[in-house]
Amino acid sequence: MSARKVMLLRVAHARSGDKGDTANIGLIALKPEYYPILEEAVTAERVAKHFEGMTKGRVERFELPNLYALNFLLHGALGGGGTLSLKTDAQGKVFSTALLRMEIPVPGGLDVD
Amino acid sequence: MARTLRIASGQGFWGDWLEAPRRQVEGGPIDYLMMDYLAEVTMSIMQKQRARDPAVGYAKDFVPLLERLLPALVEKGVKVISNAGGVNPCACAEAVVEAVQRQNLGGRVKIGVVTGDDILDRLEELESHGHPLSNMDTGEPLASVRDRVQSANVYIGAWPVVEALERGADVVITGRVTDTGLTLGPMLHEFGWAPDDWDRIAAGTIAGHINECGAQCTGGNCLVDWEHIPNMADPGYPIVDAAPDGSFHVTKHPGTGGRVTVASVTEQLLYEMGDPTNYITPDGIVDFTTIRLEQAGEDNVRVSGVRGRPATDSLKVSISYLYGFKAVGTLVYAWPDAYEKAKAADRILRERLERLGLEFEEILTEYVGVNATHGPLAGEPDPDIAEVQLRIGVRARDAAPVRRFTREIAPLILNGPPSVTGFAGGRPKVEEIVAFWPALVPKSEVQPEVEIFEA
Repeated sequence: MSARKVMLLRVAHARSGDKGDTANIGLIALKPEYYPILEEAVTAERVAKHFEGMTKGRVERFELPNLYALNFLLHGALGGGGTLSLKTDAQGKVFSTALLRMEIPVPGGLDVD
Repeated sequence: MARTLRIASGQGFWGDWLEAPRRQVEGGPIDYLMMDYLAEVTMSIMQKQRARDPAVGYAKDFVPLLERLLPALVEKGVKVISNAGGVNPCACAEAVVEAVQRQNLGGRVKIGVVTGDDILDRLEELESHGHPLSNMDTGEPLASVRDRVQSANVYIGAWPVVEALERGADVVITGRVTDTGLTLGPMLHEFGWAPDDWDRIAAGTIAGHINECGAQCTGGNCLVDWEHIPNMADPGYPIVDAAPDGSFHVTKHPGTGGRVTVASVTEQLLYEMGDPTNYITPDGIVDFTTIRLEQAGEDNVRVSGVRGRPATDSLKVSISYLYGFKAVGTLVYAWPDAYEKAKAADRILRERLERLGLEFEEILTEYVGVNATHGPLAGEPDPDIAEVQLRIGVRARDAAPVRRFTREIAPLILNGPPSVTGFAGGRPKVEEIVAFWPALVPKSEVQPEVEIFEA
């Protein structure tokens, strides 16, 4: 079966927060069987491209297969961070759902609700 | 079965739900009530307050909140651990002593106070000992902002909390003890874990990380099935039900709203996470990739398998310093062409600021309803969009240009694009920016102290 594209929102959930001028996004598979797909498709490079124009520094990725989750650090994403930032989302609280807009390829046979 | 220890979370930050602590105490059996009040921004606000009045600088609403709970706490034998002391833990403890006396509970409540985190008066001494307190992000030595420093607090760990409990404290009030240490402390005390029992210390730290944001692990801010999470008008706050072997369950009182699931707990575990294999606290290092979660029952998640590593020789210091000034102004533009009008107003305003010769470090424009949260990812808005809020912020080292900026918003109502409203709040406020300087200091330079106040 051929691959098709779905929005991350359908296969993952997320929570984001801040550390200084760095936003962190925890991306969690909605089902354990989705985790390998996330690990394959949602690379640090892909996330950096997704947030182009919204983040100034590099993107790091860490894997937590035990929690079926990936953690991303977006450096220089918060306009100086903390008290310096002029942004509405100075603490990176909704970078979570911004990441869930990304479309990734999933195997045609995969059951996605 | 060995006895378990129930540590309830009552506040996740200064400003959290005032009802939560009472519900935690009255809703069922607990042994400890943990209340976390501190964040970097909170410390700087408290510092400003103490500068104006030496009797304040702590979470003031903690005292009346605790006073109302005192009779029930004493009756049930529930102990309280909180970093509500902020930058003035002794003043907080004195206010609590008065509250105990007002409740006629004198002689029945011992208050333990943990201090030693405040190193503001010791910065020169530390520099003279060869610790430059360099910025962990930029490497710059503190000397470059030394004359603008407002506060300097070391993050201290759980062991001083343990000492306070060993000396009989019923209420432990601390300054900048880590959020996680407030939950780990009672576990170390009750279970008698050794200072080098790194796996159990890591497990207790995870328990603290889950507890420290209140309802954010019990259905609050939870993305999964959010619209069906029950009774969020009365969310249950988390309770860690811990066993001596370091495993624990995350649960909440029966009959409360919210939901405790592997998904809700996982979201909280990842909140503000850096490198998951190297989560450093004063008490030890935690490897989040070792955590095992399982749904043990309804609103009951079991956490086990946590592995840790030895603590480092350093402590993190959060130093706040005066950076500059900022202000944010908003105006709302209505249909038709709401977004076009808001963009035109932004161009006009920027041209005026430039003609005035005002210099800013940054001018940021966001269009609320269009791109304020997701930026360009949100795409172009519907051309028929009902309204758009123009939101412009400026930041400068000097107050003068920021103050002048705040006078340039209102005129746009009469001399800018049409169908504009939403200026009832008046001129934007000029805010002083207190920035943070993260640094490290050797543990050997910091001596936390514990004092017992008898009420």
